[in-house]
Parts: sequence; C-alpha cells; structure tokens
Amino acid sequence: MSENEPTEHPANATVSAGEPRFLTQDDLSVDTHQVVAPDGSYDADEVPDLDDEQFQDLYRWMLTDRVFSKRMVNIQRRGELGTFGSTRGQEASIIGSAYTLQPDDWLYVGRAWTPMFMRGVPMKDMIMFWRGIEEGQQSFAEHNCQIAISIGSHLPLVAGLAWGMDLSGDDAIATAYLGDGATSTGAAHEAINFAGALEVPALFYCQNNQYAISLSAEEQTGANTLAQKALAYGMDAIRVDGQDVLAVYEAVNEARKRVRNGEPVFVESVTYRMDAHTTSDDPTRYRSDEEVDAWEDADPLERYREFLRAEGLWDDIDHDAIEAEIDAEFDAALEEANAFEERGVEEIFAHVYAELPPDLQRQSEEFSDLLERRPELYDYIEQRPKG
Amino acid sequence: MQATIVEAVKDALHTEMAADDDVVVFGEDVAESGGVFRATDGLLEEFGEDRVVDTPLSEIAIVGAATGLAMYGYRPVAEIQFSGFLPPAFDQLVTNASRIRWRTRGALSAPMVVRMPYGAGVRALEHHSESMEGAYAHIPGLKVVAPSTPHDTKGLLLASIRDPDPVLFMEPKRIYRSFRDDVPEEDYEVPLGEAAVRREGSDLTVVSWGSMMPPTLDAADEADADVEVIDLRTISPMDTETVVESVKKTGRAVVVHEGPRSHGVGGDIVAHINDEALMYLEAPVERVTGFDTPVPLLSMEDYYFPHPPRILDAIEDALSV
Ligand SMILES: Cc1ncc(C[n+]2csc(CCOP(=O)(O)OP(=O)(O)O)c2C)c(N)n1
Ligand SMILES: [Mg+2]
Repeated sequence: MSENEPTEHPANATVSAGEPRFLTQDDLSVDTHQVVAPDGSYDADEVPDLDDEQFQDLYRWMLTDRVFSKRMVNIQRRGELGTFGSTRGQEASIIGSAYTLQPDDWLYVGRAWTPMFMRGVPMKDMIMFWRGIEEGQQSFAEHNCQIAISIGSHLPLVAGLAWGMDLSGDDAIATAYLGDGATSTGAAHEAINFAGALEVPALFYCQNNQYAISLSAEEQTGANTLAQKALAYGMDAIRVDGQDVLAVYEAVNEARKRVRNGEPVFVESVTYRMDAHTTSDDPTRYRSDEEVDAWEDADPLERYREFLRAEGLWDDIDHDAIEAEIDAEFDAALEEANAFEERGVEEIFAHVYAELPPDLQRQSEEFSDLLERRPELYDYIEQRPKG
Repeated sequence: MQATIVEAVKDALHTEMAADDDVVVFGEDVAESGGVFRATDGLLEEFGEDRVVDTPLSEIAIVGAATGLAMYGYRPVAEIQFSGFLPPAFDQLVTNASRIRWRTRGALSAPMVVRMPYGAGVRALEHHSESMEGAYAHIPGLKVVAPSTPHDTKGLLLASIRDPDPVLFMEPKRIYRSFRDDVPEEDYEVPLGEAAVRREGSDLTVVSWGSMMPPTLDAADEADADVEVIDLRTISPMDTETVVESVKKTGRAVVVHEGPRSHGVGGDIVAHINDEALMYLEAPVERVTGFDTPVPLLSMEDYYFPHPPRILDAIEDALSV
C-alpha cells in the first residue's frame, strides 16, 4: 500500500468478529498480598528477609504511630491543637511502607505522620504543624517531606519530583501517600498517567482506609479495587493487606526496586481508619459500631505481636518500656513546642516571594504601624502558638 | 423563625427542594452525614437518595456535572466543601458553566448553584480560609453572591437556585452560627444584583459584604460621624448604582473586603466611583482588605482579618481630608 499505511498496532494482533466482547472488571483477578493471616498463622518461607533488630524496629515505629495519635487526640481535646487526623488502625500500612524508603527519597503524605519522624522530623515540628505554625512545614521540607492538605493535589508534584530524579540520574524515588478518596480527583488521574507515560521513578502508595470522611470506599468508585486503576495508565500495581506489616513491607520494598528502575508502581493498601476523620468529625453518623468492632479485631499491632511471639522475638521486647519512652519523647516535644515564641507580624509577609515586592513591603509596614497606633486591635487578635 | 446563617441555608434548600422536583443537591459528605457544617442535614431523609447525593471526591466533576445537569433541565445545587477546594474546578467554571449560554447563543444555559463556605476564622488547616471572590467575579457569565445575614441567606439562595444563570454562592462560614435573626418561614426571594443599605448616614459610605459586615457595622457605630453602610450582597453583577448614589450623597468612601487587596473587588468598586462620582469625592477612596499573601495558618490567622479598628482607622483617614 501507500506510505500512509498505518503502522501495525499490537492491539490489532487479535481481532474477533461477531458480538463485541465487553472487557469487564471480572477479566481481572486482583489478589491481596498477605504474609501473616488474621489468626496469626504464616508460612515461615514467605517472611521477608529482615533481621531481628529490624523486626523489633517495625514494632517500635508502629507503637510510635499509635502513641502519637493518642496523645495528639488528647491534647486537641484539651484545646491545645486546632484539629488532628488520627492514624489509629493504619499503623501497619503506614510503617511497613515507610520502612522501605531511603534517605534521599522524597515523600508527600496524606494520612501518615510517623514516616516523617522516620526521616528525622522532630515530633515538635509535627505538633507545630497541627497548631498552624508555618515553621513546622519548613522542618518537613528540610527532610524532603511534605503534607498535602488539598486532596490529590500532590500527585502531579510527585510525578515532577520523580522526573527530576530521573533527569539527574539520582538514586532516589518520589513517593505519594494518598487515600481512597484522593483516587477520585482529577489531579491523581493525570499524575498517575503522566508518571506512567514518562516512566519516572514515582511510587503511589494508596491507603484505602475505607472512608473519605463519610463516604465509604464502595461508594467512592464503581471499580472493584483501587489497584486496578493504575493498569489503565500502563502502571503495574500491588494490592496488599494493610493490617499486615510484613506484607506491606514486602510489597512496597519490591515496588520500590522497580520504581528505582524507572517503572512507576501503584500500591493499594487495604486498611481502616479506626478513629474519626479528624477531631471535628462524628463517625457515628455514617458507620456502624459492628463494623468498627470487626476492624478492631483486625488490629495491626496485635497481628504483628502474634508473629513476634511465634518467632520468639516478643520476649526481647519490653512493650511498656518502649511505650514509656515514646510518651517521654512526646512530652519533651510538647514542651519544646510550647516554648515556641510568638512571631512578629512581618512573618505574614515573608516568603511569599523571594524578594518582597514594594507594595507588599508597604502593606507590611503600614500594618505594623497600625498595630502600634491602635493597640485596641489586640482585642481582636490573639496569636496562638499553643493551638 | 430565629435562625443562623447555616440554618437559613438549610431552610432554603428544604424550601426549594419541596417546591421544585428538578432541584438536586450533591457534593462531598452532603447526604448521609448532612454536610461538614450540617447545611444539608435532613435533606436525604426528606427527599431521598436520587435528589440528595454523596459524590466521589471530585471537585472537577461536581462542578462540571452540575453544568451538564443544568443544561439537561435540572436545577443542581452543588456543594464544594470549602472554597479552598474550588480551584481544581475553576476550569469548569471558566470553560463551561459561565459560557454555555454565550457559546450556544442562548440555545442552552446552565442555571445552577455552587455553594461553598469561604473565608478565614475557623482555625482549620491550609486552604480552609481563603476569600477569592475577586477571582471568581472576574469570570464573565458567572454570578457571585455573598450573604451576610440569615434573612438574606435564605432569600438570596432561593433567588440563586431560580436564577437562569450559574451562581457561585459564597457562604461566610466565620459567621455561620454567630448570630440569629428573623427568617420568615415562607418562601421569599432577595433579588440578585441589589445591594442593601444597612445603616443610613450622610458623612461617609462604607461598602462591604459577607463576613466583613459585622466588623464594618461595629466600626461604623464607633465612628464619630454619620456613616452609611452598604452590603453589596451580590458581588457580580454589582449594584453600582446604590454605591454611586450613596457616594454622591456622602462624598467619601471606604471599601472593606477580606480577600487580598490587589486586583480585587475593592479596586473595581473604586473605579466605578471614579467613573461616576469623581466630582463628588472630597477624599480618596480607602480600601481595607486582606493582605496580598496567603492567609496565615491558624496561629496567626487573626492578624489577616480586617478588624473594626482597622476599618475605623480608614474611616477616620477618609474623614480627615
Ligand atoms: C480537594 C479537596 N477536596 C475536599 C477536601 C476536604 N477533605 C479533607 S480530607 C477528605 C477525605 C479524604 O479522604 P481520603 O483521600 O480517603 O483520605 P483519608 O482522610 O481517609 O486518609 C476531604 C473530602 C480536601 N481536603 N481537598
Ligand atoms: Mg480514606
């Protein structure tokens, strides 16, 4: 034929006549990776290759996550924080994944705070973040991590960070933690497709904790799983039992290896948000006690303790002592955060641009002047570094 | 009945859903849990799951699908949970909702409402505090409304749902529950595009809207002058006549808004005054606004908001010339 002849597309390799066949979700079978079963049983050959210290480390971080959430919810109730999103129930999902990350990797999280501590962010800065003090985020940035408040907005950023790593030939990956709700945003879809098309070292770690505020994961999408969404974008995916820290660790560790080679991966971790969405949410409006109780029985710490007992590692772990240490760390962090000094009003104008434009400079000066001339303004203004 | 602003929103939605079967309410967390501010509480029970719908977390689709529903003959009332999450859907407002009538020479239209709480003052996280009415009012074909009282909230929302064009309905969440006023049980409209004179005066005119009305009225009460206060109520299309007539009478004006100063609605109001009442002015028109910065996070959020002493300072400045 002429030179206009279309190039052969692999999709044309097999053609079929007759009734068109629908591709259905059932064409796809999506397994959920698991190492330790809910009853604590496991196959010793399937356990990931970690040493005793690492097994203990995982427990310590999971406990850190639980204690941190508990303490934060408590101080919020005492009026010492604006709001807070607890991660109780998601400890295996959060720690198993973050444990695979390397110091040069970048991390952009949804509901996952302890991974930032694992990267060296002081607890004090996380407390400050939830108190609405900008310096908290400055500290996060110094440790290559950030929290995205606008759901899904961070995924394109992660694609770009990964692109930069690829261009620079760096030994690092960029990771986005996202929720089930986030998979419905336009930004997420564009970013996952973009990363898949450009083959950049991006890892999309989706914690399907069954809810986006009041909306259940079943109502969030007609898809059987969230993992399968990645396939449409040419990206491989893993679905993992998010209550099983070893399964999560193994899945994300394998994923990270691929990602490092320029093959982005999407991981869906099936987990549960035990507490309210934030301290201002009332979950009894949209979910039953029975459902919550059933997930309480799938407690990730308890499942892991079963494993540690079976391995004979539990005897070396002094749970109470570790908990006391974490509590002490929190106490110290809180004290440090409480010591944070009030800032001058010029802080409001700082960092909007690299250089303060003249008009903004004028606004800053006029406002400082006004505060001096009209101290009654302080009847309306309270700086609240303590939440 | 005595109601708060958020209760007036709820009342308007109940009223119009009962009156018009084509009204469909949807958004994130609006049905089963009744909305994060409870503005849609009880609608699901009363009107059922076909007309009160919890959507996926998809702002683009919420606003875009509202446009499609409206083109198909429904009267969608979509909720964006916080105005800080409208930006992803900005595209649908600019590209579609505001242009359907124009694009089709009137053959199609998009009579729809997007409701959203806006403004600072609830001590939440980033993106829960902005006042971007200036950006939205800049879109031709889109109406932008911001009530400041429970009475107006019900009447303006009913008028917005019945309006033939798309309306962005910005609810001042800082004063959602801060006071009650008399809200008639019956159906009534407050017409779009009509400002209200909240306080008559002869020395100076202050123009504001939404969450800035209470501090503006406080400052007017404190001023050692006879201050007229205008509540714009609809930002676009703007009732410039009421503003201009007032300034012709007083010869002095102050504009107060919460959003950033530059390229904002305040500058536009000053331009209208200059166009039509320049020769009546005895002093430059003052603007009291948010700063040209993101709203500070909650520990310093209070500083951003134009409080009464700041407004009073501008009033005194304008009077001193
Ligand atoms: C773009 C956007 N829309 C709405 C919100 C309000 N909001 C905060 S969290 C949330 C649900 C998020 O659900 P999911 O992604 O599953 O994360 P989870 O909170 O369960 O960890 C919503 C709707 C937001 N922050 N950003
Ligand atoms: Mg979720």
